[in-house]
Amino acid sequence: MLIKNKERYTGREITSEKDYMRRRDFLKLSAWTLTAPALAPVRLFASDEDKNKYTALNAVRNKAMSIGEKPNSWTEITTYNNFYEFGTDKSAPSRNSRAFKPRPWSVAIDGLCDKPGHYQLEDLIPAKKLEERVYSLRCVEAWSMVIPWIGVPLKNILLKAQPRSTARFVEFTSVYRPSEMPGQRAHILDWPYMEGLRLDEALHPLTFLAVGVYGRVLPNQNGAPLRLVVPWKYGFKSIKSIVRIRFTDTMPVSTWQRLAPGEYGFYANVNPEVDHPRWSQRRERRIGTFFKRETQLFNGYADEVGALYKNLDLEKWY
Amino acid sequence: MKSSVAVFKTLIFLAGLAPLLWLIYRFLNDDLTANPVEFLVHQSGFWGLVYLMVVLSVTPVRRFTRWNGVIKVRRMLGLFAFFYVFLHFSIYLFLDRELYWDEIIPDIVKRPYITLGFTAFLILAALALTSTRGWIRRLGRRWQKLHRLVYGAALLAVVHFWWLVKADIREPALFAVIWIGLMAARFKNAAGQQSKMKK
Repeated sequence: MLIKNKERYTGREITSEKDYMRRRDFLKLSAWTLTAPALAPVRLFASDEDKNKYTALNAVRNKAMSIGEKPNSWTEITTYNNFYEFGTDKSAPSRNSRAFKPRPWSVAIDGLCDKPGHYQLEDLIPAKKLEERVYSLRCVEAWSMVIPWIGVPLKNILLKAQPRSTARFVEFTSVYRPSEMPGQRAHILDWPYMEGLRLDEALHPLTFLAVGVYGRVLPNQNGAPLRLVVPWKYGFKSIKSIVRIRFTDTMPVSTWQRLAPGEYGFYANVNPEVDHPRWSQRRERRIGTFFKRETQLFNGYADEVGALYKNLDLEKWY
Repeated sequence: MKSSVAVFKTLIFLAGLAPLLWLIYRFLNDDLTANPVEFLVHQSGFWGLVYLMVVLSVTPVRRFTRWNGVIKVRRMLGLFAFFYVFLHFSIYLFLDRELYWDEIIPDIVKRPYITLGFTAFLILAALALTSTRGWIRRLGRRWQKLHRLVYGAALLAVVHFWWLVKADIREPALFAVIWIGLMAARFKNAAGQQSKMKK
């Protein structure tokens, strides 16, 4: 006798009504993404003078915490971005982020801490306290840039909230504003974007909260008005446009980890020995140079951060 | 009549060349983005896929419009598809991997999306080589069988694209839909012809 298994629906294969009502948007968007590369021959008139449109910030370079390499140009840093909230093409964030309003801005700091709060950005990071740091940023896609960030050590902000002894991790959340962020109108990633660090990583003196770049406030496409910079980890850990910082006792699950746990781990430390399943991480292309270079363990910060991972199997905890 | 065919062929030739000219124009204007190698790899791959879909649509277009003239540009379109795929592979080999064989070999062996892309490249190379009049004569009936591999190569190319994107599958999904549509159009026609023959 043949018993036919009834097909089981988990509900996942059924298009939700919301998505169904937006099917034309999907088609339009699809048609647009397909033709967009062909329709974008006109240069955005990107030039380094574009910088002058942004408010200047006063900050002295912290030489001890900076690398000696020459930074990439303003144009390179502001027109070649991975910021899927504004589209997945590298040039999309600079084109699609003009409607985004980074001011006024407030940040919630909560979770396992004694002084949780809701802060206006200017109160959280006063202009007087800013410093400049030149870091290299190594993307998981095997390219890198040298960027002069302006901001404050994350540690200074976190300690103000007085984390409790039970806090072991810090979870970060990006802003969710589909009306201003066209990429969020499609379900490319599980919005809002989230990231996490171990508390000791978050308190490391290299971990930086940036509000500016190249002596100016952050352009929208670079994560205005406030973003994380963790220079020994792949770029996607450096979450942009942060609205919430939460202390927790459980390891947060980052957005990329949720999407593809076999490809993106919680740690995401730069490591030439551990390949991404789909490409080698051994070498990288520094934007603006012709030949590739060898990738360094922890992006060259092995002396500074190696101790954090003394007992960690980096193959397993990629 | 003859001159209108020549005009049609010239137009298709220029259309085939257009993406290349556009990329050269952008190169001359220093407008290949901050990462020119990545941009060129993506662009050449994209246009290779586009022309693969265009060449696959020749037969359906001919059947639906009953205009046999399109067949005259099929080989040229196929060669343009191969040209962009060849460009794609060369840029990957020389500019992206800089001929580091200890990266290229594991790429092809270990990484499924590159294995598929490389297989598609080999198939298309074989088809391009055997696209001459001499080879058509030499292979006789087997020629058509061999050249049906283009359907498979196009599918491999679509999957290659699908597997390489990090999160946004909309573009490869659109190519997949087009491929399925073109296959369905063929199948429908072939089935229709067979039933006619039975009668």
